[in-house]
Amino acid sequence: MGATIIEKIIRNNVGKEVKPGEIVTVNVDRVMIHDIFIPFVASKFEEMGFKKLWDPDKVVLIYDHLVPASQVDDTRHFRVGNEFVKKYGMKNIHRSDGICHQLMTEAGYVKPGNIVFGTDSHTTTYGCVGAFSSGIGYTEMASILGTGTMWVRVPETIKVTINGTLPENVMAKDIILKLIGDLGADGATYKALEFAGDTVENMSVASRMSMSNMAIEAGAKCALFTPDEKTAEYCEMELTDKEKDLIGDSDAVYCREIVYDAKDFVPVMACPSNVDNVKPVSQLVGKEIDQVFIGSCTNGRLEDLMAAAEVLKDKKVAPFVKLIVTPASRKIYKQAMENGTMAILAKAGAIITHPSCGLCCGRTGGILTDGETVVATNNRNFLGRMGTSKVGIYLASPKTAATCAVAGKIVEPK
Amino acid sequence: MDKFSGKIWVLGDDIDTDIIIPTEYLALETVNDMAPYAFSPLRPELAGQIKEGDIIVAGKNFGCGSSREQAPEIIKALGIKCVIAKSFARIFFRNSINNGLLLIENEQLRDVVKEGDEVTVTLNESIEYKGQNFPIASLPDNLMDIINAGGLVKAMRKLNGLD
Amino acid sequence: MGMTIAEKIIAAAAGVEEVKPGDIHTVELDRLMSNDGTTHLTIDMYYKLKHPRIADVNKLVWIVDHNVPCDSVKTAASHKKMRDFAKEHGITFYEGAGVCHQVMMENHVTSGELIFGADSHTCAYGAVGAFGTGVGCTDYLYAMVTGKSWLLVPETLRFNLTGKLPEGVYARDLILTIIGQIGANGANYMAMEFGGEGLKTLDMSARIAICNLCVEAGAKTALMEVDDITRAYLKEHGRKPKHEFTSDADAKFAKVYDIDLSKIKPIVAKPHFVDSVVDAKECVGTHIDEAFLGSCNNGRIEDLRVGAEILKDKKVHPLVRFLVVPASAAVYEQALEEGLLKIFMDAGAIVMNPNCSVCWGSCQGVIGENEVLISTGTRNFKGRAGHKDSFVYLASAATVTASAIKGEIATADMV
Repeated sequence: MGATIIEKIIRNNVGKEVKPGEIVTVNVDRVMIHDIFIPFVASKFEEMGFKKLWDPDKVVLIYDHLVPASQVDDTRHFRVGNEFVKKYGMKNIHRSDGICHQLMTEAGYVKPGNIVFGTDSHTTTYGCVGAFSSGIGYTEMASILGTGTMWVRVPETIKVTINGTLPENVMAKDIILKLIGDLGADGATYKALEFAGDTVENMSVASRMSMSNMAIEAGAKCALFTPDEKTAEYCEMELTDKEKDLIGDSDAVYCREIVYDAKDFVPVMACPSNVDNVKPVSQLVGKEIDQVFIGSCTNGRLEDLMAAAEVLKDKKVAPFVKLIVTPASRKIYKQAMENGTMAILAKAGAIITHPSCGLCCGRTGGILTDGETVVATNNRNFLGRMGTSKVGIYLASPKTAATCAVAGKIVEPK
Repeated sequence: MDKFSGKIWVLGDDIDTDIIIPTEYLALETVNDMAPYAFSPLRPELAGQIKEGDIIVAGKNFGCGSSREQAPEIIKALGIKCVIAKSFARIFFRNSINNGLLLIENEQLRDVVKEGDEVTVTLNESIEYKGQNFPIASLPDNLMDIINAGGLVKAMRKLNGLD
Repeated sequence: MGMTIAEKIIAAAAGVEEVKPGDIHTVELDRLMSNDGTTHLTIDMYYKLKHPRIADVNKLVWIVDHNVPCDSVKTAASHKKMRDFAKEHGITFYEGAGVCHQVMMENHVTSGELIFGADSHTCAYGAVGAFGTGVGCTDYLYAMVTGKSWLLVPETLRFNLTGKLPEGVYARDLILTIIGQIGANGANYMAMEFGGEGLKTLDMSARIAICNLCVEAGAKTALMEVDDITRAYLKEHGRKPKHEFTSDADAKFAKVYDIDLSKIKPIVAKPHFVDSVVDAKECVGTHIDEAFLGSCNNGRIEDLRVGAEILKDKKVHPLVRFLVVPASAAVYEQALEEGLLKIFMDAGAIVMNPNCSVCWGSCQGVIGENEVLISTGTRNFKGRAGHKDSFVYLASAATVTASAIKGEIATADMV
């Protein structure tokens, strides 16, 4: 009988056939811990009585939520993290290089077919290269650090097939928002999403990343793309047959199949205050805005910044509106400097911050107050996420967001 | 704790982790420091009103969003005995089990209860509300093992021969 | 009887022939700058007035720079109040364009003007021969409503500069040396006036750095003689001098100092006072957690060039957070174009958007308990950069960058 991608990854890991619902213990290929949770991971790890990491090279520590520190206690997390790194002989640490999820794939920590866990819900991102990755809490992370294993329930798979050419102003973000709207915020809970079709085959790894990143917003455990030539190039590797085989078999069993025609997609926004409250931008036109945020592990990559720059070239951000741009990584920042994107954004009046989580995690980077409205390219618009509970957060693609920044109100990208 | 009763607080659908504990307070040193800010974007007064042994009854997708484990830890620190919801988000579910916070899934209860009323839970059997009985499912064995050990930390201590 | 530059500006603004120290005059103000540190308080008071009005809206410049991008719900509310008010009244408004004093120098200030700024480092404007002085929001409000204010004519301390700064020694070393010499209250209520042949060796960036820091000696204002460098700077920015004043030969100074620039050495101001200066060599080896290159004092293109030159092909120490914060959007764009930002990014620095950053200590790079910062910022007061139990050393862009590489205080010749 055929298998879905997630079933194949788990099967390859445990060395036996698996079926949805089964509970198995997997060997973990890589883990990621970020700055907010490192003090908790460290204390749980020691409380559990472990004396060493199961494999220090498989552990990655990334400072991103608190960079640069905006509150005096934030630096405690760096101190605890640095001590942990030293004590347990870790080498993989990034102190100001960008957002954890961007770095995990960009710096080569994750490869197709890997099983990866991270102390952040958007760990689903690595499905963009065909890895099973998922978010966990710090207690569970501490136990993996000691044992190198974790129990998982083999998830059912929802297959999403998209074929055809996307309309000009539609980005991957519009697709994933539409899907979340259709599935609902809990529509994929405990399940794997699997993407197929020529539309996703033609997408860059960066675009796939925007989609796998947001799968958690429909409750998904992971979101997988089949590794291909683009993946190989991105990961700077040759794909083995086993990796190439990470494709849903024709006789695989899916709990649900959804098919889209690419030409039917339109620019959309997730309206306050749920990610599944998705509406076409055309229905929202005219709403005055105070700020635009382009960044995050969802949409802070080079192609996103370039899409924004294309809109902003020789234009200015509307008066009294702020455009905050936070590239997802140091590498992206440098690439954007090199190809002239940063110069365009700066000239348009953007506030360009150092790569980090920035506004997306709501600690700094452009906090708002009662009655204000922000169009943002990140992944969550929950109540109070970017300030008070009376801030309206509209999630959109970088192209839509940049267009709104120039207009000073919600408009369709063109 | 096979059978217990408690006063209920009623919440809606999609109670996300940013509502349970906003990121602003996540770098405070302890869960007890954070607890007063629980649910503050939605109901700032709620954390101060919850008493030991109370029960939360909520709609679907409770705990959706972030992996922040402070969310279940804070709910537990506030004295909440268990959360009964139509459904739970998966990371929150795992985090709760790992910290020994009891979660119960039930589709119907949320739509009939009134805040301030009392419910009685009989573990792995049913919930009783004003004479009405709502059956509940039991948890898989491997999760019961973690709960029986008193959470994942204790299970690991045992593994390392410490307790 | 001769007058100093400060006296001449006040006389012109008061519409009188002559003023002398100790006189109090009602003056017409040319410009009124306010930033997000206090503007929300000014607005609150404004609305409590019986007949709120603005004398001349064209004189007002409001700049959001202290918390950019916004880092809390509280500052978001005060920014909104400021933004809404500026929008409603048509006030010239900047947000995210850089540190207020740098934005003012690039866009507004000219020689001979009298300017109130609701920020202590407003004395920076003396670099082009403008009388800039810091005021509280009550004074600011009065000036905003009436267009006028009262001013006590200050005595003037004259600094005659001779010679030229040695290679690797900067304006910042000079002004810290002067503050160390006269003390943190050595110029209380006074004007500090700079002139002489040595001044001609200092570019506009150096002059701004010097004037900007004079408030740390207690000065009411700082003033420099207008020369070709001033005129060229103003021309480049599309402005003309209002007046070009120099002190008369028989002007009366409270005290005259002769400073030989060639004798100045790299200096560090130790915690927790700006006048606690020592030879940088004395601090070498002091552990640091963070280094900051930026601020209205030392975040200009010239300063970034100094830092980039030292950092090129080197790496920031892995345990040091090296914040590089251009003082304005114009500086950012220039640094981008010159490839300086690339050097900083390659080396592992944290390059931030133009703002006050850790110099102001309430956002973007604050330091924790017992942490040590070496900074090109304006102040090293206890707790200024974050935790009340933390330590700030002030030094030049060169010393700060060298320290960021070494992970401990070091001078540029050591890396």
